[in-house]
Amino acid sequence: MKEPILTARKAGLVACTRCTRVYPPDVDKCKRCGAPLSSRNPDALQRVWAWWIAGLIAYIPANIYPMLKTSSLGSETASSIMGGVIELWAHGDPPIAIIVFVASIVIPVGKFLSIAFLAYSLKRPTSMGRHARHRLYQVVEFIGRWSMIDVFVVAITASLVQFNLVASVNPGIAAICFAASVAFTMQAALAFDPRTIWDD
Amino acid sequence: MKLADTPLTELRACPHCDALYRLVPLRSRERGTCPQCNHVLVSPRSNAFRRVIALSTAALVMLAVALFTPFLDLSAAGLHSDASIWDTAMTFSSGYLTPLAVAVVAFIIIIPALRLSLILYTLVPLSLNLPAARHAAGAYRLSEILHPWSMAEIFVIGVAVALVKIAGMASVAPGIAFWTFAALVIVIIWQESFLDSEQIWSAIDSSAPRVDEGAA
Ligand SMILES: [Zn+2]
Ligand SMILES: [Zn+2]
Repeated sequence: MKEPILTARKAGLVACTRCTRVYPPDVDKCKRCGAPLSSRNPDALQRVWAWWIAGLIAYIPANIYPMLKTSSLGSETASSIMGGVIELWAHGDPPIAIIVFVASIVIPVGKFLSIAFLAYSLKRPTSMGRHARHRLYQVVEFIGRWSMIDVFVVAITASLVQFNLVASVNPGIAAICFAASVAFTMQAALAFDPRTIWDD
Repeated sequence: MKLADTPLTELRACPHCDALYRLVPLRSRERGTCPQCNHVLVSPRSNAFRRVIALSTAALVMLAVALFTPFLDLSAAGLHSDASIWDTAMTFSSGYLTPLAVAVVAFIIIIPALRLSLILYTLVPLSLNLPAARHAAGAYRLSEILHPWSMAEIFVIGVAVALVKIAGMASVAPGIAFWTFAALVIVIIWQESFLDSEQIWSAIDSSAPRVDEGAA
């Protein structure tokens, strides 16, 4: 009843990852959707690592510099990502502190580790099975965008309090670095070709 | 092996794991999933194009409303302030924060609006049984490329977090745009449940003008 799994590559075909049609191996552009075809993108892994490194480089200043600068009655305070989380925990709501902590620290760090592991494990044997690695890829792809929450929170907070005479709040340089880091790691995840997880 | 004998036009390959899949006719609400990784490959819905068109149009109107109405109202020490997304963007439109303003507006307004417009551009002629619009394939492909960068639902959570955060120093209330955005997220999720790529691609394919094949 159940046929063994046959991949397009093993069948000597090339598949379109955009619209899923399959073609003989010499076709280089999908006739249905126009996407470029390649059985496996030869430089996909290099692009993954390039975006990964760019994301990591942007993530460092994002954690060091202030995310939000508040000036109130002549005194100025600045809080970094972690500082903001601690402040929220102490003065505000622990649940909100946890949301920001997960979105800004846990997800980005988990994403760096996961993408690195997925890319690394293509070349070396690991104890983690293919189905598990594929699931990890799906989680990374799904969840990565949600790190953008803190960027929106900072922009909203600042624009609201902006015109208030009592206090003024401005986004710090870290907000830009953080947004860039999220975008770069999203690119890294998009550059990864999950089909290679299943190759022998 | 039977799969290998199937004509290429009836074969599809999973974009996530490359497993070959034979297209079989499905009824509305049935799903064809990848035999290897369970990714949903086909999920036809009856009347899908009309429903996607209706929901996309509604979502575009809601985006326009959300752009210019306040999403939070703030009052502190007798002072009142409210901000629309447009105001937010204009606040940071000069100086070193410009890239941040551009990114925020792109992720929550421009990209979602562009994506909805591209879907409408592709589907309106198809639902009227007219030939596919010029460059319909390119337009729909771009709408799929833009998908991960469309972040309206993340923004809604962001506003909710900001609401609680500011609540400590001032009294804040969600404005019209907040509720519009929250409804927008539901409309977009609903719209996506009717979007079956296979259905759209095969409709584009079978109605595309064949004249310029081989040219260019
Ligand atoms: Zn294609
Ligand atoms: Zn699959």
